[in-house]
Amino acid sequence: MDFYSLLREFADSWVLLALAGFFLAVVIWAFRPGSRAIHKDEAGIPFRHEDRPARDDSAKEARK
Amino acid sequence: MWNYFKLALLAVIAVAAAIAANYARDLAYLVNALTIMLAAAALFLWVLRRTDEPVRAEPMHEYNDGVIRAGVIATALWGVVGFLVGVTIAFQLAYPALNLSDLTHGYMNFGKLRPLHTSAVIFAFGGNALIATSFYVVQRTSAARLWGGNLAWFVFWGYQLVIVLAATGYILGATQSKEYAEPEWLTDWWLTVVWVAYLVVFLGTIVKRKEPHIYVANWFYLSFIVTIAMLHLINNISIPVSLFGSKSVQLFSGVQDAMTQWWYGHNAVGFFLTAGFLGMMYYFVPKQAERPIYSYKLSIIHFWALIFLYIWAGPHHLHYTALPDWAATLGMVFSVILWMPSWGGMINGLMTVSGAWDKLRTDPILRMMVVSIGFYGMSTFEGPMMSIRAVNSLSHYTDWTIGHVHSGALGWNGMITFGALYYLVPKLWNRERLYSLSLVSWHFWLATIGIVLYASSMWVSGIMEGLMWREVDSQGFLVNAFADTVAAKHPMNVVRALGGVLFLAGACIMAFNLWATVARQAGPAPRSAAVPAE
Repeated sequence: MDFYSLLREFADSWVLLALAGFFLAVVIWAFRPGSRAIHKDEAGIPFRHEDRPARDDSAKEARK
Repeated sequence: MWNYFKLALLAVIAVAAAIAANYARDLAYLVNALTIMLAAAALFLWVLRRTDEPVRAEPMHEYNDGVIRAGVIATALWGVVGFLVGVTIAFQLAYPALNLSDLTHGYMNFGKLRPLHTSAVIFAFGGNALIATSFYVVQRTSAARLWGGNLAWFVFWGYQLVIVLAATGYILGATQSKEYAEPEWLTDWWLTVVWVAYLVVFLGTIVKRKEPHIYVANWFYLSFIVTIAMLHLINNISIPVSLFGSKSVQLFSGVQDAMTQWWYGHNAVGFFLTAGFLGMMYYFVPKQAERPIYSYKLSIIHFWALIFLYIWAGPHHLHYTALPDWAATLGMVFSVILWMPSWGGMINGLMTVSGAWDKLRTDPILRMMVVSIGFYGMSTFEGPMMSIRAVNSLSHYTDWTIGHVHSGALGWNGMITFGALYYLVPKLWNRERLYSLSLVSWHFWLATIGIVLYASSMWVSGIMEGLMWREVDSQGFLVNAFADTVAAKHPMNVVRALGGVLFLAGACIMAFNLWATVARQAGPAPRSAAVPAE
């Protein structure tokens, strides 16, 4: 089997499986228990530091 | 010390460029070398005047907005220039005498100006918009100042140099004839340097972020930067014929070259014009609507589905060619699946406005953004449909394709950028509001009607062309000559050009409105000296 065909076999089987598996894992991870509160917090990021960067440790404060 | 090193480097570059100009084998290379020489010399003087002068410390408690202001100005200017060239070539198509071939010896022909138009709108207008907004968004969502100090300025000016080198090259004949990747090796190498600096600035800012999470807009921007780097490197593998000439030879040939080109070409659409601009959507739409994104979960799935699928869609550009059928079918299938994440993103953007729909009546900027998302949805439905082999056999090589590209580029990319510019200018220059909201409304309607004229005339023209090309008589002979279709398209070409005029007029109104926002309104009152001690 020449190198191209070997790569082709590999891409059709294991790599396909790995990529599809990674994608499914991402989707499942997004729906993990407890993600709702985290996502709600993350969706608020654009509304926090409009005018100036956070000083050290103040980022945490602003989230409360 | 660092300045002395820079001075030495710039001097070497300027002298080397002068020598290269002396040995230049063609006009395009000569002009490019002289441009580089002048740029290096100007930068040399600029650095020289600042050497051994006291340096002001970088204000780490402020965002770096200077480079974004420059990017906003460049975006608006290149936008107007790019649209103007577009209108010019639209009229050249309708009235070939406007090529003025005798007067300009062919230098201003449609064939020269067409890549100038596509590069000006995609890379100069779109690219500057992406760089400027990504720098704005990554700072605000990371709560950190841009990393790398003046490196961001290097990215900005370096990118402008890429644009100038590419544009002068096209006119004078330096092109490798790859769509959306026309620049020759010299410009390609320089763009690589600039792009790596861009990646480093963006990643550096993300690394030193104060927010624990990386906001979704940054994911989209980052995927855009990384993927464009990869596409650019692989599609431009070529060997210069001479170090003193612009011509280079591609390493791939035949169908491999075609496949690499359209793998590049379609992902330039997918990651430059889609992922990057989605980064804009995920920041500016929530800000303008003053509501968080509809579903953060959906945005995560949108991101991963989009980048997993887009990369495979390129072969649909090569139906009925030497490309193996299985590869074309693969591209077609992935293009059709791609419809789903695209509409997921569209729904996410549109539903962000839900609960604030009344703002559409009073806020023309939000209206612009919503219409842009609508055009995103429309062209991401049209695209998968046109990638189906049977539909493609009718639509390919016709004006339908051009109409599709423009409903995406003018509608989605143009409108979301206009919305972002209207949002940014008052913020960046510290003005309370835009100069005139009714001018924004004018812009909105001119642009929208312009796009509708453009897209509908190209549908009619494209489908007519496709049907005329395949029409055979009872004996099996083709009924129409190619010239017959060209003649039949004339009225649609005129309507298309008029649509372009409306769109350009809107952009000029925007440029005036943005200028007046800064120049015709008073800035903030100077801060009083007595700041209360905290």
